[in-house]
Amino acid sequence: MRSIVLTKGVPDFSEGAVSFDEDGHLERGKTPTVMNPNDEVALQAALQTTVRHGGHVSGMSMGPPGYGEVLQEAMASVYTDDSYLLSDRELAASDTWATAITLSAGLETYQEEVADIDLVFAGFKTADGETGQTGPQTCWAMEWPIVTHVIALDIDPDERTLRAKRLVEGDIDEVETVEAPLPCFVVTDPEFEPTYRTASHRLTHKRLRAETEERAANHDAHLTTWDHADLNLDPDYIGLDGSPTIVSSVDPIPKAPSEREATMIDPDEDDMGDVLEEMHPFAAGAGD
Amino acid sequence: MTDDHEHYEAVVVGCGPGGAAAAARLADHGVETLVLERGPEAGSKNVSGGLVYAEESAPYTLDDLFDGFREAATERPVTDYYIHNVAGNSVKTYDLTDLHEHDTDWCDSVLRRDMDSWLETRVHEKTSATGGGVLTNVRVNGLLRDHGEIVGVTCDELEPIEADLIVAADGVNSELARDAGLMDWAEPEEWFQGVKAVVDMAPDAIDDRFDIGPEEGAAHLFSGDLFEDVRGGGFLYTNADSLSIGTVFHLDSLVEQSAEPHELLDALLTHPLLAGWFKNEYHEREYAAKLVPDSKKVAHRRPYRDRLVLVGDAAGQMQAQGPIIKGMNHAVTAGALAADAFAITRGTADPAAAGRRYTTLLEDSGTMAKLRPRRYDLARTVGERDTVTNAVERVLASPIGSLAVGNPIADRLLQRAYNSPFLVSMLPDTKTGYISLPTLIAEEHGKTIHWESDIEPPTLEERIGDLTYDTDVGNPHIELRDESAAASGAAVTACPVSARDFGGGCYRSEAVTTNGTEETLVSLDTQPCVECGTCAIVADTEWEHPRGGKGVEYREG
Ligand SMILES: Cc1cc2nc3c(=O)[nH]c(=O)nc-3n(C[C@H](O)[C@H](O)[C@H](O)COP(=O)(O)OP(=O)(O)OC[C@H]3O[C@@H](n4cnc5c(N)ncnc54)[C@H](O)[C@@H]3O)c2cc1C
Ligand code: SF4
Repeated sequence: MRSIVLTKGVPDFSEGAVSFDEDGHLERGKTPTVMNPNDEVALQAALQTTVRHGGHVSGMSMGPPGYGEVLQEAMASVYTDDSYLLSDRELAASDTWATAITLSAGLETYQEEVADIDLVFAGFKTADGETGQTGPQTCWAMEWPIVTHVIALDIDPDERTLRAKRLVEGDIDEVETVEAPLPCFVVTDPEFEPTYRTASHRLTHKRLRAETEERAANHDAHLTTWDHADLNLDPDYIGLDGSPTIVSSVDPIPKAPSEREATMIDPDEDDMGDVLEEMHPFAAGAGD
Repeated sequence: MTDDHEHYEAVVVGCGPGGAAAAARLADHGVETLVLERGPEAGSKNVSGGLVYAEESAPYTLDDLFDGFREAATERPVTDYYIHNVAGNSVKTYDLTDLHEHDTDWCDSVLRRDMDSWLETRVHEKTSATGGGVLTNVRVNGLLRDHGEIVGVTCDELEPIEADLIVAADGVNSELARDAGLMDWAEPEEWFQGVKAVVDMAPDAIDDRFDIGPEEGAAHLFSGDLFEDVRGGGFLYTNADSLSIGTVFHLDSLVEQSAEPHELLDALLTHPLLAGWFKNEYHEREYAAKLVPDSKKVAHRRPYRDRLVLVGDAAGQMQAQGPIIKGMNHAVTAGALAADAFAITRGTADPAAAGRRYTTLLEDSGTMAKLRPRRYDLARTVGERDTVTNAVERVLASPIGSLAVGNPIADRLLQRAYNSPFLVSMLPDTKTGYISLPTLIAEEHGKTIHWESDIEPPTLEERIGDLTYDTDVGNPHIELRDESAAASGAAVTACPVSARDFGGGCYRSEAVTTNGTEETLVSLDTQPCVECGTCAIVADTEWEHPRGGKGVEYREG
């Protein structure tokens, strides 16, 4: 399995680390950047996949050159085989839309230059103003299926499918099981817990953890940085210039309805046609 | 056969000295070896006094099996060894260095968290090379059987595992030995209870106050009336920058006297003799306790069943040679011999071949003779007969007895007697050896100490508060089967983290009135439990260790 984990740097909100200016505004320059705590869960999911099925995990992040440390933290604290940093002055101040475009360009470049991707993992939304949409939007740009709120995960490498348990929040939380073809985009829920129930999995986990810690000590040797030229991106399309949204206030992402049916479809023409047909009345507003 | 279980050539349960030695030696033989340890790190569950002996006569020692062991994992070599006979403020000290050096290649003080975690790393390196390794946070909860035959282990955290050899190195209160029907937890007289405090002291203060060099260490033992009528003794060992101070008592005696273990420890800590070393500074790093088997009574003569072998405390291989306690070294020997036995018999169809060979190796190496000395069995019949004891006691108490012990020649003879490995191992487990004789010696020959101790050891509540726990909420590992005072009341005092009239401990007793009759009932809260094993023996319980990683975590040990 070839997995990519999208990680994001956030200001270190832990006590003593945050720095505020006289007006009480966060001083990002003085506040150290750490990995989004929820990305750890995504990394755990990728590690679990690697322990069970073997493979390779790459950490990918978008941000200033200093974000290499975020990728290093991902490598040291959980597991990655190597790191890809999408970094360019032109990419600064992107909103989630432009971030999604850049990340999907990163994934595409990865597929062209490195290897085909089976799984992309991302953590749940962050505490620093992200809207929780980067994941879905990146995925949308990649035209891959996405499974969100994942709390447990299993892969069938032969069938090239993924089975996941999703936590569907409601008055009473429900768990639904879904299946999706690979390649697939997985957004882990903070409740995700990796499980290793056999001795051999635990031994592999221990070995991979020791190796990744050793690698992380020499992180620069495992870091590749891509700028907009490497990514084939038009500077006008990304960064502030390319950000169509301005964050005015942040709303919670809508809760998924708790009752629904998941049907597996082959993404061939006929099946897609059926789906489109079924969706047509809703799209036309007839479903109300 | 059950193909769906994972299989390893050897599974070793427990990564104390016994398990570490077994695993290292198995790896040396190229045997694929998996080690399962319930603590978050090896040593986090373990307590010893701790002096590790390397006996000249032993087939294996820790530095044989682990290069650089002494440099990396021990505190100080023990160069000075004394016993103090105490009667009130009167103390008579004998130099026991001869006894200590008998059959001793080297002997170092250790702290178990440091020692065992160092061993764990080495064992993991060695066993990884065989396709196995060490897994922590895994508690083995029983034996896997196929048609009644032991074929592997079951765990709280993992799927069952099959193995050609299963080494139970899971220490005292071995759940595997019990499951196999090889050990029971019935008789208090078969066990000691050890309680210990690790106390801060700067290295140069240690050198200065114990009159030793930086590469030297001291061991001091204490017996006499210090502990009233409870049979046992105290110890003090110097570490690099701390002291290990503790007590070891016969469990049956603790129960008979309804003694509070922490109070007995405090009696030692606050004795004026120790005040001279503390100089009014006392900072306790850790309070700890654990049961210790008495090999003379419980070392199993045939410690195996099917593919299962018992090593170390699990097999009762803990030798109390008079005041000298030797458990770790024998666990190491036994572990390595069990590994050799498997290597020799590898491929034999008979599943118990390794166990049988291991038993022979224990005999042939002289290990079993040390653990269960024949002369003890002889002395015991005499020593334990009350009439004889009483007669000896009466003589000692009489003016003639005192005179005999008290004359200057007797003093020299006594020092020699204490230094005789033969005589010390003959000391029967009675009041005479532990209390009457030392008290008399101190009275007759002792020097009186004229200062008092100002030391105030922490309360039990503070001691519990300072320990680290990861409580398995809602899943207590001990359940009381019978809450009557008659069945389980002994635990209220004998539990090292419980006490009469203390509401914050594990065991409490309360008067309950039902239908007009008042009776005393015992209740249990396992939260402060230090997993010492005492109540498994002295109370009517369903006793298990906590799940992997849960429960108390020692930092010193
Ligand atoms: C106060 C005191 C003083 C002592 N003084 C000395 C001394 O000075 N010198 C000396 O040589 N000995 C001394 N001993 C005895 C010595 O500590 C033991 O004999 C020795 O530790 C036995 O080693 P072992 O490997 O058999 O067991 P242990 O060291 O107890 O190791 C057993 C291991 O198994 C693990 N385990 C247990 N159950 C399970 C399970 N179900 N699943 C997975 N893992 C499990 C435990 O966590 C532990 O790591 C003393 C003991 C005490 C209590
Ligand atoms: S509850 Fe039992 S095992 Fe726990 S500390 Fe008390 S006596 Fe020891």
